[in-house]
Amino acid sequence: MRCSDEGRRGGVKELRDLARQLLADGTVDVVVGWEDSSRGARPIFAGTPEEADKLIFDTRCLHNLATYLNPRRKQVTDLGKLALVIKGCDAKAVAGLLREMQLDRERVVLIGVRCGGVCEDSMAPEPVALTPETVAPRCHGCDNREPHLVDHLLGEPRPEPPVPLLTLDERVAALDALTPAQLWEYWTAQFEKCVRCYACRQVCPMCVCERCVADKSRPQWIETASHPRGNFSWNVTRALHLAGRCVGCGECERFCPAGIPLAVLNRKLQRVVKERYDYRVADDPEVKTPIGDYRLDDQQEFIK
Amino acid sequence: MSNETSTTGLAGDSKAADFEPRITAFVCNWCTYTGADLAGTSRLRMASNVRIIRLPCTGRIDPLFIIKAFERGADGVIVSGCHPADCHYTAGNYHARRRFAVFHDLMQFVGVDPGRITFSWVSASEGAKWRDVVNEAVGKARELGPFTEYRTLNQHNVSADHVREPAVCAAATKGGEEA
Repeated sequence: MRCSDEGRRGGVKELRDLARQLLADGTVDVVVGWEDSSRGARPIFAGTPEEADKLIFDTRCLHNLATYLNPRRKQVTDLGKLALVIKGCDAKAVAGLLREMQLDRERVVLIGVRCGGVCEDSMAPEPVALTPETVAPRCHGCDNREPHLVDHLLGEPRPEPPVPLLTLDERVAALDALTPAQLWEYWTAQFEKCVRCYACRQVCPMCVCERCVADKSRPQWIETASHPRGNFSWNVTRALHLAGRCVGCGECERFCPAGIPLAVLNRKLQRVVKERYDYRVADDPEVKTPIGDYRLDDQQEFIK
Repeated sequence: MSNETSTTGLAGDSKAADFEPRITAFVCNWCTYTGADLAGTSRLRMASNVRIIRLPCTGRIDPLFIIKAFERGADGVIVSGCHPADCHYTAGNYHARRRFAVFHDLMQFVGVDPGRITFSWVSASEGAKWRDVVNEAVGKARELGPFTEYRTLNQHNVSADHVREPAVCAAATKGGEEA
């Protein structure tokens, strides 16, 4: 297996050594990380020290593996004790699960890797050099390239990723400048494409409800038919339920088969909670989420 | 209600002069409901377009209620409860305030005219304020016309409209569609 200069700087050798040791001494039953395959980087569940040698970390490792800790994934819970390789954004999701008491910290060993940004194409055959064209827009402005919520921290400090051609903030700002009628037209056209596969929900590490409101039929709050009205309720509700909780890993948008710009919607709400409550999602499970907390002097300019 | 032309969901869908807005008000039991009651017993004159739904607390009001109201034909929605520090359950309205601040911004971002949704604090003694809130909400809804955009979304021809993309948004979507 290739272990280039880039790989050493990324701490791949350390990662493999650590994973092998954790598996060999029985500290964990499975190490969840990324491996190289004929279809680029993909998640791997390494259960033996030999399999640990397949682990990699490079710019294609964009999957948020924290989603495997989501309590909805019973099949992963059943695997026993896990070690999870996490980037900074993934660490925020782990913190979110801990904060909301959806995860037992004892159940998981967190192997943090210092991250210099990821690309948008996990299926590239080789690690992708980050340029404004290739870097994932969500990596712009990342405040957590070195995760704090970890048991082990690997890799050398990485340089900041390049600024993408079009940042999420620029896209939000472009939409903010529109009139309500234009926004309505834009978002209804986007939501119209939704096929209600709920991939955005399934992949989201923070969508933790055992029974989603979209699946409830008595009463049926969200119309299940994928006509634009049901789609509107669903997409707005999904975004709202993630307000102040979304870690911005962008997995929902990556998984969306219809190409709905969910990351833009999420980024908008990140900005809202930042502007209103000076809140940024961090990988600290002790910090409360803005919804579910309050201050006596919260803004209320919109209330008569 | 004075001028109901039909009982279907699409009543008075033209911006005709005889359009009577339908406003759904989600109010808290302890303050605004009592305030509305006071407005009634005080014989205050106000628009009669509001259907009140009484809930224990503004904290009980899920934003989905509002979405559902629009879906089922509301032209405007009022959410009202106890003033800060007056909540019967101590902090329900504080939680609601945060939730609705985010919801307010989100609805604005997806293009629902802010005039469609009114948030207010109305105490049990503020019958006159309730009247003003109602009159203002009805006035705004009258100005904006029936909110057919939302409730008829389910009638869109999806295949025909699939590629509809407002030209003005080209800047916003440019470069965001690949991958």
